Amino acid sequence: MPPTDPDTSAPIQARGLSKRFGEVLAVDDLDLTVRRSEVYGFLGPNGSGKSTTIRMLCGLLLPTSGEITVLGHQIPQEAEALKSRIGYMTQKFALYDDLKVRENLEFLAAVHAVARKAARVRIDELLERYWLGELQNQLAGTLSGGQKQRLALAGAVLHKPDLLLLDEPTSAVDPQSRRDFWESLFELADAGTTILVSTHYMDEAERCTRLAILDHGRLVADGTPAQLLENLPGRTLLIEGKEPRRAQKVLEGMPGILALAQIGLSLRLLTESNGDLEQRIRQRLAEAGIQVQISPAPPNLEDVFVAATHKTSPEVRRAA
Amino acid sequence: MNWRRLGSIVLKELRQLRRDRVTFAMIVGIPVLQLVLFGYAINMDVRHLSAGVLDQSNTVRSRELVAGMAATQVLNISHRLSTPDQVEDLLRRGEISAVLVIPADFERRLEAPIALRDRPLFQIVVDGSDQVVQAAARQLAAYPVNAVDGWTRRTAAVEVVNFYNPERLAPVNTVPGLIGVILTMTMVLFTAVSLVREREHGNLEMLIATPVSPWELTLGKVLPFVGIGLVQVTVILVVGRLLFEVPVRGSLFALYTASLVFIVASLSLGILVSTIARSQFQAMQMAFFTFLPQILLSGFMFPFEGMPRAAQWIAEGLPMTHFLRLVRGIMLRNASLLELWQPLAALAVFVLVMLTAAVSRIRKRLD
Repeated sequence: MPPTDPDTSAPIQARGLSKRFGEVLAVDDLDLTVRRSEVYGFLGPNGSGKSTTIRMLCGLLLPTSGEITVLGHQIPQEAEALKSRIGYMTQKFALYDDLKVRENLEFLAAVHAVARKAARVRIDELLERYWLGELQNQLAGTLSGGQKQRLALAGAVLHKPDLLLLDEPTSAVDPQSRRDFWESLFELADAGTTILVSTHYMDEAERCTRLAILDHGRLVADGTPAQLLENLPGRTLLIEGKEPRRAQKVLEGMPGILALAQIGLSLRLLTESNGDLEQRIRQRLAEAGIQVQISPAPPNLEDVFVAATHKTSPEVRRAA
Repeated sequence: MNWRRLGSIVLKELRQLRRDRVTFAMIVGIPVLQLVLFGYAINMDVRHLSAGVLDQSNTVRSRELVAGMAATQVLNISHRLSTPDQVEDLLRRGEISAVLVIPADFERRLEAPIALRDRPLFQIVVDGSDQVVQAAARQLAAYPVNAVDGWTRRTAAVEVVNFYNPERLAPVNTVPGLIGVILTMTMVLFTAVSLVREREHGNLEMLIATPVSPWELTLGKVLPFVGIGLVQVTVILVVGRLLFEVPVRGSLFALYTASLVFIVASLSLGILVSTIARSQFQAMQMAFFTFLPQILLSGFMFPFEGMPRAAQWIAEGLPMTHFLRLVRGIMLRNASLLELWQPLAALAVFVLVMLTAAVSRIRKRLD
């Protein structure tokens, strides 16, 4: 099929994307495709290259190598044309603390050259939708974390961008605000906006329509959350017994175990899918005199994350 | 250039400025404070120098001379010396700044016909480690001591006629220059921190992800302060008039035009600093670094003509040098802008160079 209007293809396409800062390879040969109206998640620990990738996608950083097409624009060459069509929310609150809520939105409307009258209507609409109406004459610096984040989102979508890039938007926000925020994201996706959002929260990652797991600048897994769970190479086990703490000590470092963590009174294991591993675990615990019950547990995204990052580096496993 | 976008940046800056009390206070506070300090403190007419007298003649007329010198109020005679050794001793210890030495044959020297006087009547020995004292002594040597007979018969070989400041009032000379000093200090500082502050607060990353252009950003940050600079000029002129009776002999239009160009020049210099500095602190250091040569080399502190050629060349590159020529010409000599086109053109070139350099340094990228 010949390529049609570039705009109808995937909003974000990147091939072989790399970024080097001196000695550090922050992003390493990344391939990425984000489709229209997706809520695409970037999951990864701090320093995994999420922010760097997002910044390269909106033209704020020059890639060391690789090709990027965003909304049909070659990046970084056509970055300026792209900037009126994207909304970008930085990790840190980037609006002006010493401007009022409404003044911040008025400023952004003018910067995006939204006509005066249309801007007034749009700002009223956004203040209403993001529960900022009563706060509109308050200085942005005096808002709570959740309020600031809603204001930042309102600012990012004010000019009705086709693509929204959100860099850890919920890192300084309480759980209820996070849930509300995600509801807003789905509303926007429903209306046709494509969203790329980075996070290090598993529960948020689970809500994405597609997900890429980043580790040390490499894309180690991607797919829908269901696909990722299905393709989990290992198994998850739940060990219940009287001395979970001691059991953990005994099992620590045993080959075949990728991760183990105490959950309440039980121990949750992520193992390689090795046939007799369960038998060996039972045996080793029995030798230590610990009585346990072992049952399979449903895998979750954290397991996917641990299994995926385990392949690249053992330090991350320990951190996770 | 999108005018709505430019206007929105100007409006944003003004709104932020209104809420920044410290900066707001600086706008009026710095001009008034500096004007009062410089206006009263910079005074080359030295008075009440602590002095000693070594009167080896000790006659009626020598005592008249001492009394006459004391009456000038330049010297405050606090020590009576009896031997020449004491002169050096007291000067070295810094107890006195000058000594009036009257020779034993003072009467005889005074009575000699003027044509035959081959030796000075008396000496003033001064502490040369302080150049202000040196200047005072020179001034003293020109004083006619009326109390001593035969003194005033001497006439000066050259008569100096002082145009434009006949009363030799120091503020008349310093206040026009002070407009330059005050504008340099405040204007450069205001814009020097402006872009860096946005970068430090994380606003810049948001801003460069929008369609805003480097020219819009630069001009949007410069324009609000132009108005503020003109307010400062007005404050200085009014206070200068009320406190020191500094005249404006030329047209106000010419004065404000010259000030306007100089304000834009200083703001442009500041915005260039802002594109180079990595932090607000660094921006302030760099701003101060630009003040020093401007204050020292522009002709405000020391006469331009007295500087070595190399320093003069540097000074030609400083906006303050050209502004001083403009403002002194307009305020004190009633010169027209047409007559002063050269410094005006120099300032305009400076503005163009600074703004272009600043705009070309603003990359809409983080690396």
